[in-house]
Amino acid sequence: MSTQNTLPAPRQGLNLRRFLDEWVMLLAALAIFVLCTMFIDNFLSPLNMRGLGLAISTTGIAACTMLYCLASGHFDLSVGSVIACAGVIAAVVMRDTDSVLLGVGAALLMGLIVGLINGIVIAKLRINALIATLATMQIVRGLAYIFSNGKAVGVMQEDFFVFGNGQLLGVPVPILITIVCFIFFGWLLNYTTYGRNTMAIGGNQEAALLAGVHVDRTKIIIFAVHGVIGALAGVVLASRMTSGQPMIGQGFELTVISACVLGGVSLAGGIGMIRHVIAGVLILAIIENAMNLKNIDTFYQYVIRGTILLIAVIIDRLKRR
Amino acid sequence: MRVESLRFNGIGKNFPGVRALSDISFEVRPGSVHALMGENGAGKSTLLKILGGAYQPSVGSLQIGSQTMAFKSAAESIGSGVAVIHQELHLVPEMSVAENLLLGHMPSRFGLIDRGAMLRRASELLAGLADEIDPRQRLGSLSLGQRQLVEIAKAMSRNAHVIAFDEPTSSLSAREIDRLMAIIAKLRDEGRVVLYVSHRMEEIFRICDAVTVFKDGRYVRTFDDMAQLTHDQLVTCMVGRDIQDIYNYRARPHQGEALRVEGLLGPGLQEPISFSVAKGEVLGFFGLVGAGRTELLRLLSGLATSKAGSLTLDGRALTLANPRDAIAAGILLCPEDRKKEGIVPLASVAENINIGARDRHLTLGCLVQGPWEKENAARQIKALNIKTPSAEQPIMYLSGGNQQKAILGRWLSMPMKVLLLDEPTRGIDIGAKAEIYQIIHGLAADGIAVIVVSSDLMEVIGISDRILVMSEGALTGEVLREEAQESRLLQLALPRTRG
Repeated sequence: MSTQNTLPAPRQGLNLRRFLDEWVMLLAALAIFVLCTMFIDNFLSPLNMRGLGLAISTTGIAACTMLYCLASGHFDLSVGSVIACAGVIAAVVMRDTDSVLLGVGAALLMGLIVGLINGIVIAKLRINALIATLATMQIVRGLAYIFSNGKAVGVMQEDFFVFGNGQLLGVPVPILITIVCFIFFGWLLNYTTYGRNTMAIGGNQEAALLAGVHVDRTKIIIFAVHGVIGALAGVVLASRMTSGQPMIGQGFELTVISACVLGGVSLAGGIGMIRHVIAGVLILAIIENAMNLKNIDTFYQYVIRGTILLIAVIIDRLKRR
Repeated sequence: MRVESLRFNGIGKNFPGVRALSDISFEVRPGSVHALMGENGAGKSTLLKILGGAYQPSVGSLQIGSQTMAFKSAAESIGSGVAVIHQELHLVPEMSVAENLLLGHMPSRFGLIDRGAMLRRASELLAGLADEIDPRQRLGSLSLGQRQLVEIAKAMSRNAHVIAFDEPTSSLSAREIDRLMAIIAKLRDEGRVVLYVSHRMEEIFRICDAVTVFKDGRYVRTFDDMAQLTHDQLVTCMVGRDIQDIYNYRARPHQGEALRVEGLLGPGLQEPISFSVAKGEVLGFFGLVGAGRTELLRLLSGLATSKAGSLTLDGRALTLANPRDAIAAGILLCPEDRKKEGIVPLASVAENINIGARDRHLTLGCLVQGPWEKENAARQIKALNIKTPSAEQPIMYLSGGNQQKAILGRWLSMPMKVLLLDEPTRGIDIGAKAEIYQIIHGLAADGIAVIVVSSDLMEVIGISDRILVMSEGALTGEVLREEAQESRLLQLALPRTRG
């Protein structure tokens, strides 16, 4: 490989490639959307668009911070459990205190604590992220069942429903929260030391350390923020369902990771942009929506979703040749 | 043994948008060691990859004896009696030496691996080459030099007729190099074709019977008579211009002590280390691989923690808990292994330059200042003459020399008191080397204390004001520039036999 180095690199070719790397999946999402509007009745109906938006929201919110975990070379399996536990805690605390603020606060605090534990175990004790978050995934799922006695906990407070069912200028609040997350975390990645250091750690941890990056601290922040945002997604979901359900979100972590990887985020770290995440989340949600409208059996949906993911990672692999 | 020559007939290789090789034709005689030389990017590695079947030539062909070869894969190349020993060894650290040697054709009985036969066969292969290696040892427990020997044994196990070495000595100690040279001489005397790629002049003159020089993917010329060839002639031919003094050394005044190290002990150091370096001084550290020089730099840069001893910087005591402490104090390190510890490969040149400096130029303590970063990257690229199509180019596409300059550029915008350079020019071509020496002396002239660790004797002697020699984790001598001689330094660097 050293052979090609000193010769001037082909600028045109490289730019085209970079353009494809950055935008191709977003264009693909757009193309799939257009195809669906053309070939599926009712796809564009206001009701379906709303449903699609809501379907995107939970995955979209959690995927924003999963991007940071992946970009730093790690991942988090506990997010599905965090979502369930956050909903349960919010519901239980509101039931006992009648305070929406306390309920939401407690849920987010739980997310923060789980995230901190994940981050500290991974960064300071150097435990593999797969094992560390597999453990917290089960612990937090168990806690959700314990707090709720294994049953859904209903919510009475009307104010709480604003997160899931409220509207602003006709746009549902979950969609607004998702858009704000996309913008905020996309900006954070490019314009703050936190974001740049995340990419550097994923790209080459040793080099980042030697260049003076707070490697351990950055990793802990990544997981802590991810915990809080996961809990936020859980609160929004609980609000939509007007209850905290301990069994919800099983396998959700894999959907979120799939969405990120489908969009072009590298599992190996160092590559990732918010537009990758947006593209991945959109493609998964649109295809699922289309399959529902076409009344495709759930069993087949699993096969199709898995196939799409497999194709996406194979394309990703070929791109890096 | 067959006696057949190796011919390259008009070989060219194009990558999308890049011509890596064009019209390479020359012959390598059997029973000779033939060196390939040229700056990085000259095309040597591409040619070896074509020989090894990893790449297919765009035009031209290979010929072994009278047979024309067109290798479509590495397996075909191996099958035709070619062995290419790459810089990065293709071995599995977690498996035993024997398993590595016989990987792909392990002796088996009833479908089960016959361990006894495997160990016997492995011992046979290692005999005379590296008798001290136990085939049951885990490969990862061997030194780099020993691993290289295992790789060579693996090549011999296939009874290869053409053997190509790609910079085999870059991580070997002097003693290991001696052994490798003896092995290569043996291969030559057996009538095999040996191709030898190296940047090291001493080795070329020591072992090779002919030298072919490449430049920018083209064949320049072949020297057949090594006795008539001089060092300067060869360099001039490679670089395409005269280099009078690539070291660019000028005597300059020193301005008082910058860093004093007293009784330092830590991982990899066997005896307490004490020395001091003055502002404006270039202090060289010479030693063989494993002498403890890299470990010393890790202590000075806060990457490892010391067990005992003290550091004094500008008259003030200093403790280092991590690299950030060292950076804050103005002690900056360019690490030995660029790929592993220096660059973030996928990130742009600009990003790699700004990663360290950024913290000092933030808005509200956390927001990146885009315009400053852009300007800083552009400034360093220009000041250091980093050759890149744009600041946004991923740094992995740059040559080693330009990557090294970018890592230097990372530190140039920061307050610097002591610069630590670990093997700053390893694997870098002569032109870029000269530029890096110039940067080193420029910094020293500005009053920076520069500590250079190097295994390249000529380099240490060429650029240092003073040289400290290490061996087996201890300081073994101090040599001033005026009295620096290769033999004296080597003598100090060789391990003493411990009683």
